Amino acid sequence: MSAHSHADGQWPHEPEKATLEGRNKVLGFWLFLGAETVLFGTLFSAFLALRHQVGEGNPTPNELFELPMVAAATVILLVSSLTSVFAVQAMHLNKVKPMLIWLLVTIVLGLGFLGLEIYEFTNYVKEGHKFTTSAFSSSFYTLVGFHGAHVAFGVLWIGLLIMQIAFKKGLTVTTASKVYVAGIYWHFIDVVWVFIFTVVYLMGKVG
Amino acid sequence: MDWLTTVDHKKIGILYLISGGFFFLVGGLEAIMIRIQLWQPENHFVSADTYNELLTMHGTTMIFLAAMPMIFALMNAIVPLQIGARDVAFPFVNAIGFWTFFAGGVLLNVSWFTGGAPDAGWTSYVPLATDAFNGGNVHGVDYYVVGLQIAGIGTLVGGINFLATIINMRAPGMSFMRLPLFTWTAFITSALILFAFPALTVGLVALMFDRLFHANFFEVSNGGNAVLWEHIFWIFGHPEVYILILPAFGVISEVVSTFSRKRLFGYSSMVFATVLIGFLAFMVWAHHMFTTGLGPVANSLFSIATMLIAVPTGIKIFNWLFTLWGGSIRFTTANLFAVGFIPTFVMGGVTGVMLASAPADYQYHDTYFVVAHFHYVIVGGLILGLFSGLHYWWPKMFGRMLNETLGKLTFWFFFLGFHLTFFVQHFLGLMGMPRRVWTYLDGLGFDDLNMISTVGAFLMGLGTIFFLINIVTSAAKPRDAADDPWEDGRTLEWTIPSPAPEYNFAQTPLVRGYDAYWKEKMEGKNAMTPAEPLGPIHMPSPSILPLILSIGLFIGGLGFMYHHTIVGIIGLLITFGCLFTRSLIDDHGFHIEPDELHDKGVKA
Ligand code: HEM
Ligand SMILES: [Cu+2]
Repeated sequence: MSAHSHADGQWPHEPEKATLEGRNKVLGFWLFLGAETVLFGTLFSAFLALRHQVGEGNPTPNELFELPMVAAATVILLVSSLTSVFAVQAMHLNKVKPMLIWLLVTIVLGLGFLGLEIYEFTNYVKEGHKFTTSAFSSSFYTLVGFHGAHVAFGVLWIGLLIMQIAFKKGLTVTTASKVYVAGIYWHFIDVVWVFIFTVVYLMGKVG
Repeated sequence: MDWLTTVDHKKIGILYLISGGFFFLVGGLEAIMIRIQLWQPENHFVSADTYNELLTMHGTTMIFLAAMPMIFALMNAIVPLQIGARDVAFPFVNAIGFWTFFAGGVLLNVSWFTGGAPDAGWTSYVPLATDAFNGGNVHGVDYYVVGLQIAGIGTLVGGINFLATIINMRAPGMSFMRLPLFTWTAFITSALILFAFPALTVGLVALMFDRLFHANFFEVSNGGNAVLWEHIFWIFGHPEVYILILPAFGVISEVVSTFSRKRLFGYSSMVFATVLIGFLAFMVWAHHMFTTGLGPVANSLFSIATMLIAVPTGIKIFNWLFTLWGGSIRFTTANLFAVGFIPTFVMGGVTGVMLASAPADYQYHDTYFVVAHFHYVIVGGLILGLFSGLHYWWPKMFGRMLNETLGKLTFWFFFLGFHLTFFVQHFLGLMGMPRRVWTYLDGLGFDDLNMISTVGAFLMGLGTIFFLINIVTSAAKPRDAADDPWEDGRTLEWTIPSPAPEYNFAQTPLVRGYDAYWKEKMEGKNAMTPAEPLGPIHMPSPSILPLILSIGLFIGGLGFMYHHTIVGIIGLLITFGCLFTRSLIDDHGFHIEPDELHDKGVKA
């Protein structure tokens, strides 16, 4: 089950699923995302249960959150989802260079998002909203921080993938399934962010 | 060395069996010590603190380090064979699954030597499990939190591996409605793992943050919520008991049908019942919280939902009985365990329905009635099922038959000891003997029943010793088990040599019906029709990375636990380094050529 079934040089229509390994990887990754869904679902539930436990004298979500900045972060992340789609499309057409460029753009946007988030968190801490302040703050940082860690992991992952493809292995049916899977991962963290934006920030603003 | 680097699912199955079996002995020893402490009133065999540790470690060890791995042992050894696959979907990840489970298990038990084991019960209820209740045992619960977290990774990736294997790697013709029932239950169990374990992960992370970094999830003085822990724990914990019991159901279905020489009665209703039980498992978690005070509406709904599970379970019981009915039954050890399982599990089910009645539960709650109930299901269900499966598949796993006389001794001692131990506990519970308390006063009428219970526990221990003797003496014998040693094998694993060769099937078989091998036998053939010509077989190469990766997690866990952040980070770097190395170095594997097949196929 290796590339030799495509020895005629044809780039397959769905390169990520051209081999059994590839099919397994894609399926396994979808299953993994099922687990991640439960993970974030539980974090959301904990946050919802605790979000009103702000404690005496601590800043409330309404005072804390600055929607314009969070909205900017949201836009950045949504755009990065789009650029990752372009990357996967380029991969399907076996266009290596555009694919690498779009991947690069994706992680640059991811880094931008992370930068905003770090800036946001340091601001909150200055306002007295520390990890240990209240049940609300603990669950807030855990939920949003977990998502942030996922973004950071994604940036690292895609970064390494770019290097691998650019300098070592090129685009093959093996690396194609890696790109594809990284793409679904990136969409997933984007979707999670949409929920965070709604449940944490918008609902925090309206109380 | 071979064993440290293997990615062969059959060897990993054996690794799971050895380490799960080892932890079963540890947990059993803890149980015996608990029972010695309780054999007479006001006993001072162990101190109250030690009792708490023993009790916690017994429950935790039995569930996470003994029962789960032994299930994984059978699934690894058998599922790919039953579906006609050459391998699992992710051999490398499979090895990671084993080693992280093992690292987590060792870490948990290190606690005994470093100043105190976890002592808040296997449910680790807060606030008991929070920092404030440490007493002198500062790090006890940290071990629970971190050890289970690491072991949990292994379980989760194992579950994903089985799901992908069963979905993607079935032989031609092996449709879902032809899957052997053990594979079906492995499939549903894996799905439950996939959806239940991440909830536990979050609970453990939250508790860890509370303990190590002073977060406030469960810190009521800072707005935290203790009932939140109960919800998170049981939304994982209830499916967990079905994760444990479903594979046992699968084993019983295979064994009963083989040794009755009959097709399993009601195959499709069995499949349907398995799926339904898996689904309902997620709907009933709050029946562990009737006395928490959720209110009458919640209690009624969860009460009814729980009782509903009796329906698919009843279907299963009747199907097994109808399979036995009129069959030409052979009482091998495997079948004795299976037949012993049926009434025992029914009794556990009946007390389950009793407990599901919310008002009655106010009486039973936290008494020995509960202890009796869950041991009837877990020991009388899962452990009998495991014994049955081990005796049944032993020749396929090791190429050697177990001795039937020793097997029967194992069965009778274990079975009678079991009922002696736990049957009387129902009455102790109804009389009001509380659970999780280290001793009881004289003159409450508890004395004789406790004595009986302790004697029973020793008999079970004897039964287990017979099993060990059986393993050791059989290991001295040559590997001469036939391909189909029970002669009535119905499924694909019996079409290949015992033990199965590295590549499982020299040629992938063509499946033409349910009970694929039996069908061929009934048509007068004694082998499967191959679905492909004989050709080179691609195998993954072994790797030491999974072991190093889990050592990294082990070091990292210890580091964070003792606030040596540097050590913690080094550990995590080792882990990530392994993943990184893996993704850089492609595993091209190797090929087994057709002319090698014959040499490799014969037994060593
Ligand atoms: C092999 C013979 C066994 C014996 C004699 C035994 C005995 C006991 C006893 C005496 C307790 C203490 C009850 C209390 O003080 O409240 C207990 C608790 C428990 N056992 Fe076992 N047990 C056995 C096997 C198992 C197995 C195989 C499992 C699971 C796979 C298991 C799971 C548990 C759990 C979850 C608890 C509750 C711990 C807690 O409340 O935190 N036991 N067992
Ligand atoms: Cu339950």
